[in-house]
Amino acid sequence: MGTHVVRLPDAQLQPLLAAYDASVQSRRRHTLLILACVAGAMFLASISAEVSFSKLFENLHRFPSYIVRLFYLENGQPVWTDLGEWFWGLSRWLRLLGETLLMAYVGTVLGAAVAFVFAFLAAANVAPSHWLRIVVRRFCELCRTVPTLVLALIFVISFGLGPMAGVLAVIVHTFGVLAKLFAEVVENIDMKPVEGVSSTGSPWHVAMRFGAVPQILSNFTSYTLLRLEINVREAAVMGFVGAGGIGQDLVEAIRKFYYSDVSAILVLILLTVAVIDMLTSKARHRLIGLEERG
Amino acid sequence: MRAPTSSLRERYPEHFQGFGRDRFVAAAIGFALFALLIYAMGHLGFFDGTLLAGFGRLFEIVGLMLPPDPGSWAHVKTFSVSLIETIAIALLGTLSAAVLALPLAFLAARNVTAQRVVRFLSRRSLDTIRSVDILVWALIWINVVGLGPFAGALAIMTADIGSFGKLFSEAMEAADRKPVEGITSTGGSHVFGIRFGILPEVFPVLISQILYYFESNTRSASIIGIVGAGGIGLHLAEAIRTLELQQTSFIVLMILVAVAAIDFLSNRLRFALIGRRGGATA
Repeated sequence: MGTHVVRLPDAQLQPLLAAYDASVQSRRRHTLLILACVAGAMFLASISAEVSFSKLFENLHRFPSYIVRLFYLENGQPVWTDLGEWFWGLSRWLRLLGETLLMAYVGTVLGAAVAFVFAFLAAANVAPSHWLRIVVRRFCELCRTVPTLVLALIFVISFGLGPMAGVLAVIVHTFGVLAKLFAEVVENIDMKPVEGVSSTGSPWHVAMRFGAVPQILSNFTSYTLLRLEINVREAAVMGFVGAGGIGQDLVEAIRKFYYSDVSAILVLILLTVAVIDMLTSKARHRLIGLEERG
Repeated sequence: MRAPTSSLRERYPEHFQGFGRDRFVAAAIGFALFALLIYAMGHLGFFDGTLLAGFGRLFEIVGLMLPPDPGSWAHVKTFSVSLIETIAIALLGTLSAAVLALPLAFLAARNVTAQRVVRFLSRRSLDTIRSVDILVWALIWINVVGLGPFAGALAIMTADIGSFGKLFSEAMEAADRKPVEGITSTGGSHVFGIRFGILPEVFPVLISQILYYFESNTRSASIIGIVGAGGIGLHLAEAIRTLELQQTSFIVLMILVAVAAIDFLSNRLRFALIGRRGGATA
């Protein structure tokens, strides 16, 4: 079987090739222009951010040596030679870690509960009033844009040092994020069940309960579980500003150069986060499985 | 209205069975979760009066925050400079993380790296990097390059390498195999397969992730100043600690405006670079 490639005569080929080259050229120019813009922006940014490569390369060796130092005890031995010494504060750290988990849990559940109610007010297809919807949307936006630590700092002034400030910050942020996600879920539902329930003369909240909620419950739960994972991480740093949890001990250990304590607390946090991630992803997969079975 | 129910009952017995085992289990789980919630709220001090007293003070503080007022023009200038610094930190951190994460993502993607050991190691290290908070990275980098915005940019870069590595490698694994097969069938090497088969397909996803992270990093960059890594967070923490509440609300307002502006800009950029469709698939 011979292959035969038809070759156009040169006179016809020339303009085609030229057009091809021109189009490739213009795309190249386009890409180069974008790259130049990005490079320019980075240059300006590096002036503003006081980037100094000489400082970086002079001190870069400290980064790996810092990481290595984390795994040595005060007496100069590697940490795994004396686990008792490494995790000397285990009972205290476990208690703080438990507090962190409780903060994340309460923050997620209460934030999700408030978001659940507000999502129906913010969703375009079921919202009872246009103006209320806009107000609720803006409010959610405000709640999720203010950084959690800033909220925590403000709450620390009003509620005093301790986990209460951290939990409230987590609640507010979770509410802001979940209300938006929930509202998007509600906007995507099938409106026929809602219309069916409304047509029997039932009030708005009954129509939502029997028309909308059965369609969205699994999505809501899945988003809430994802949020729980994130909130465990957030709650772990709340202590940086005195808002409870294990962050307080972590930041103190870093500031006071208790190297082995830093690594011990980090290991505990990483393990907890990994376990929580595993549990929630299992729960979510079961939920999806239930959904598919009907 | 009673009469039809009995015939309905006969026709659809499964819907009238009452509470089955599943329902019971669900109720038990719900009850356990609720009990845990009440215990946790008690443990965290929700029921011992601090909440009510605190809310009283919170309203007072919010009242004192209004209207936002920077105090003087000199303050506005300082805050603006450090806001620009914040955006610069976010931009530098995001872009350098993206550049460094791309090769790592190739190592972690199943359809690019056949070596299981390399893939496993690169994935686990990306996971570990991601699990350590930006603030911790900032504190570590402060030990290396000293206080200031440079440490902040490095911290954002480090934390984002983990996130980008994971997201990019997932995007590559989701890419269609056919273009790669086409290129290999014409005799192209593995590298050509990646360059012309996978990269063009994942490029829109990469761009939209980077733009999304730029916005969220602006928010992170505005708080890392709290630990001394540059940006507006330093002034914010200072204003809150010294109870300059009107300044606090002014700075928060500045951050909100900056984040909204970057959100708007990055949406425009995304549409300009990859069109509406690319944004939807990401």
